[in-house]
Amino acid sequence: MDGIGQGAKVAFTLPIFGGIDITETIVIGWLIIVAVLLLCLFLTKGLSKVPTKKRQIVAEMFVGFVNNMVETTMGKKWKHYAPYIATLLVYAVLGALVSLLGLRSMTADFNVPLTWALMTFILITFYKIKSGGVLGYFKGFASPIFVMLPLNILSEVATPLSMAFRMFGNISGGAVITTLIYSALAGVSRLIHLAFEFGGIGINVAQLFIPAVLSIYFDLFSGCIQAYIFATLTMVYVSSADEG
Amino acid sequence: MLTEKAFVLGCSAIGAGLAMIAGIGPGIGEGYAVGKTIESIARQPEAKGDCTRTMFIGVAMAESTGIYAFVVALILMFANPFIGKL
Repeated sequence: MDGIGQGAKVAFTLPIFGGIDITETIVIGWLIIVAVLLLCLFLTKGLSKVPTKKRQIVAEMFVGFVNNMVETTMGKKWKHYAPYIATLLVYAVLGALVSLLGLRSMTADFNVPLTWALMTFILITFYKIKSGGVLGYFKGFASPIFVMLPLNILSEVATPLSMAFRMFGNISGGAVITTLIYSALAGVSRLIHLAFEFGGIGINVAQLFIPAVLSIYFDLFSGCIQAYIFATLTMVYVSSADEG
Repeated sequence: MLTEKAFVLGCSAIGAGLAMIAGIGPGIGEGYAVGKTIESIARQPEAKGDCTRTMFIGVAMAESTGIYAFVVALILMFANPFIGKL
């Protein structure tokens, strides 16, 4: 069970301001940023009006997908939001999929989804104030009657918290279940005498194929769906904050 | 001899297990939502995209209570607040 409940490990410590801990999560975040940058440079190299290369078609497909998603969920006038949503999507999908490489998934650290949820919260508050004014924003908490004030404040706080917990819970839940299955399978293979050891590397035969099936659900499916849901909820909340 | 710490740890483990009973609620809710979505897609296959998109948001919403229970179980297992009170 090591490495799940204990949170992200500290990779190294910056020797300024009395030592700032740089965790695994931050390092993986940097790696993803570099990977996305290189991928963007590769995909957009030698663009032509009529696409002839496969990589341009892939890039256009992704951009078209995000544009279409933003337009159908938020409406035509919100089209300038597509880059932000695309950033969230790419970062969240890759942050969850690094677990396929054996690294710790970025969203299994609660700080990461909480940061994204707080960004959404700031956007919601900004658009509420923009559409109704500062007075209207505070009046909104006491609507329809004054008695609803505590409930309204609670639901305002619950929005970013539930978004963050949803993403964190799904990814780290998958990690916990996968770890439990791994240790159970190690026990099973010891029981049926199929656990070998070659020079310090233990091989448990029962561990070979079964976790792959689980990994498809918990890493691939769950990671992609949660990123999609996070982006969709951001769009829904932000566009509804501007309307009412 | 049952020490105080062992008792608290055991009770926390039972509590973590009990917290996950909350998984029943989202399970029923999500199953119902997906079933209704399939019904509506069968009735109107051209609205498949819209139905699926709305379903995913609804399912994600229904999932929250289960996730809260999971977070409570995680806290009881890995960041037990009761040990410090001994």
